[in-house]
Amino acid sequence: MEYHPWLPNLKYINEMLKEIGVNSIDDLFKDVPEEIKLHRLLNVGYGKPLSEYEIYLRLQELKSKNTSFKIPPFLGGGVCPHYVPEVVKFVISRSEFYTSYTPYQPEINQGLLQALFEYQSLIADLFEMEVVNSSLYDWGSALAEAVLMSYRINGKKKIIVPRSINPNHKKVLETWTSGREIKIQEVNYDKNGEINIEELEKIVDDEVSAIYIQQPNYYGVFETNIEEITDIARKKNIITIMGVNPLSLGLIKPPGEYDVDIAIGDGQELGLPLNYGGPYVGIMATKWNYKLIRQMPGRIVGLTQDTDGNPGYTLILQTREQFARREKATSNITTNEALMAIANAVYLSLLGKNGIENLAKEIYKRSHYAKNLMEKYDLGKIKFYGDFFEEFLFSFNKNYNEIHERLLSKGIHGGLPIDNNNALFCITEVHTKSMIDNLINEIKEEVY
Amino acid sequence: MFIQANWKEPLIYEINGKNRQGYYIPEENINISIDIPEKIRRKNKPELPELSELEVVRHFIRLSQMSFGVDVGMMPLGSCTMKYNPKVEELATEITENIHPLQDQNTAQGILEMIFEMQEWLAEITGMTECSIQVPAGAAGELTGVLMMEKYHREKHRNRDTMLVADTAHGTNPASASMAGFKVIYIKSNEEGLVDIDILKEIVNDKIAGFMLTNPNTLGLFEENVLEISKIIHSVDSLLYYDGANLNGILGIARPGDMGFDIVHVNLHKTFAVPHGGGGPGAGAICAKGELAKYLPYPIVKKENNKYVFTVPEKSIGKIATFYGNIGNVVRAYTYILGLGPQGISEIGKMSTLATNYLISKLKSEKGLSLLAPNRPRKHEVVFSAKPLAEKGVTALDIAKALLDRGFYAPTIYFPTTVEEALMIEPTETEPKETLDKFIEALKEILKESENNPKDIQDTPKYTTVKRLDQVKANHPSSITPSYRVKRLREQGKINILK
Repeated sequence: MEYHPWLPNLKYINEMLKEIGVNSIDDLFKDVPEEIKLHRLLNVGYGKPLSEYEIYLRLQELKSKNTSFKIPPFLGGGVCPHYVPEVVKFVISRSEFYTSYTPYQPEINQGLLQALFEYQSLIADLFEMEVVNSSLYDWGSALAEAVLMSYRINGKKKIIVPRSINPNHKKVLETWTSGREIKIQEVNYDKNGEINIEELEKIVDDEVSAIYIQQPNYYGVFETNIEEITDIARKKNIITIMGVNPLSLGLIKPPGEYDVDIAIGDGQELGLPLNYGGPYVGIMATKWNYKLIRQMPGRIVGLTQDTDGNPGYTLILQTREQFARREKATSNITTNEALMAIANAVYLSLLGKNGIENLAKEIYKRSHYAKNLMEKYDLGKIKFYGDFFEEFLFSFNKNYNEIHERLLSKGIHGGLPIDNNNALFCITEVHTKSMIDNLINEIKEEVY
Repeated sequence: MFIQANWKEPLIYEINGKNRQGYYIPEENINISIDIPEKIRRKNKPELPELSELEVVRHFIRLSQMSFGVDVGMMPLGSCTMKYNPKVEELATEITENIHPLQDQNTAQGILEMIFEMQEWLAEITGMTECSIQVPAGAAGELTGVLMMEKYHREKHRNRDTMLVADTAHGTNPASASMAGFKVIYIKSNEEGLVDIDILKEIVNDKIAGFMLTNPNTLGLFEENVLEISKIIHSVDSLLYYDGANLNGILGIARPGDMGFDIVHVNLHKTFAVPHGGGGPGAGAICAKGELAKYLPYPIVKKENNKYVFTVPEKSIGKIATFYGNIGNVVRAYTYILGLGPQGISEIGKMSTLATNYLISKLKSEKGLSLLAPNRPRKHEVVFSAKPLAEKGVTALDIAKALLDRGFYAPTIYFPTTVEEALMIEPTETEPKETLDKFIEALKEILKESENNPKDIQDTPKYTTVKRLDQVKANHPSSITPSYRVKRLREQGKINILK
């Protein structure tokens, strides 16, 4: 190869070999047995290095193969379309942040560390819990980590989850805990769509390590009996894990007010694009309790001082981590989602105290507007009676898959088909009133 | 001379805005009252800042100026592969950013095609049959790999409860094995820094599920007996796992599959230049061959009747991520492969190895440093010991801090633990020779200075945003402050010493 913009030393090979005192690059691979050497080019890419323009063309070609919708999809299921302010994109595009590494040298990484400390602090205040780590991969893996954490604390192997848990989170939980043989037991929901407390009381026994509550649940429905659930758990020394949609906390009680032990969630709704499933950011918070904090996975940034007495930030409690404790570590996580955490920090700073409430209200109103309209036009009715946020499960009087196909043919992606008649709709601030009207008109045409 | 910005930037909470908002919320004229049951309504607004857009921008831009990434200077962090992240990668995010993961798969054919190609290319690069790009990072890849081994043995009704790990392995290896329920046994390295074959032979038995190895290893050495290791491990139907963290050093030269490995994870953020983001997001892949490919996590993209579809491998261990992994980063790695093509990708192992050995040739006779097996070529990285210097009072940590003052990020220090006062340097193929020369000069100067004026080195860094930080105060139960909330509550006397 003659030259390449990303490989600066191609023309310096001989000079460098001379310094090393060998004749060829092959001499540096003498220790690789001949029978495993490749001796050919790897068959990757498109036969030759592409120029930046050619890369651009290929990307445009791929982009054109994705369907472009007239309006953002009415899809949730754990992550929802939201508008990402330019400020957020602008900040996380700063090279000093996005090309940096885990801040193992704190003195030269103060900006990054302070930003992560602020992420932890903003989430702590949103959740009203004291300790937040500076990120896990996503909601599903955060749930798995919380369950493994509970197991490390009390050694018990049964976990109770609601039947209204996000099924994708449950699948991740099953996989991650399969090696530890954790048993996952479901508790049913009532007609409101909320956890059936009577059933929960019956299945709670001494083998239970933790109870998981999802707020709002997979169907968008609020759990209103969380105090009752934490009471049941406390009596049996069971750890409580609460999964929350962080944006909903602009309106509803934060996990800290229920005194739950561990709270988790996904920061996607706080300033991240959909990214076709990732990167997102798994949030984890605990209350001020050393037993919990010591078992918490992931990195934590703390405040301290330098030798001149100036405030400074550094990674703390690192003795829990895999490089210090190896197989006894609290988790294996090293690469996390730090940049996404910073995006969350910027987003929350922009919204501020009032903005998050206003945004949550607007989303609440729009999603209820859509649901009301669907019922008004007799398209069917909402499946659960409980109040909801952002998402709702709607039972159509007609086969939803046919409606769905029609919408797709019109350049609209409707709600997520759950079964023949039911679909999960997600409405946020990116769906204007006229877009919602448009959606419902199209459904009407198909139904009538 | 290097002097880092220091804005003495207050915490975002300490900027005194009131009644401001940095983002305008769109509002529709909808007359609906908020009827959330009183029982679950938030009573107190969250303690978030109240700032205008400019205040927020200025704050975070100042913070960025007090930070350091590859775009600022060389980051020779061993085992981290901090190579340059080509800017064209940012174009790629356009094809993924607004696409919902639960969208009908027929409406995301462009992305699925990209995933399909990446699966194929990574299989080719690793010498495996099949890949899943679902793992969000390397450690998640390891967990996936050990869970695959666990299920594989379980289905064969074998009781395999132990995982072997090289003593120089990344800490993630034993941590992942343990998360999957395995006991861990460490395999000691020999005097040359390679897996001790005799010890391995002695330990291997029918309780062993697998051996987690990285090749080249964390000392930068190629495990030249890898074929024998593979034979020993396979002789008891155990499995060989490849930790892809160090793949960069042999990319294009040799493939894990050809060395006898059964399962491989790839760190796309290392080998394929996805920016590290201050600790993440990364992106990964998990690849397997033969029967093991049936255990890969789902979904995997296949091509059927000219359409790309998600499929579930026959014996899949399940899902590792909520959706498909960090696709927004996979597509960055994709453009990197496009840009280098077969010729460029095949040069990476050579050029990174050349850089490492160039650095060694200039440093190996320096007083104050020692090097195990000095005549063996290294691949992606080299681990010097600063023990000779430490005996005179200047430690690897001091050297690291002195490098910061000279405008370089520090190497990885105190790892692997088998080397005392370790300085683990990985230059990568993207640093120009002249930058390598400057780094070498800086290191030499520090070594010399340590002989003459050790105090000056011990007092570094002086030119970074802050001076050396008090780690005891940071971690002490009475002063530990992991959030502003804790600081506030402590000042109000509302929380106690952490216990």
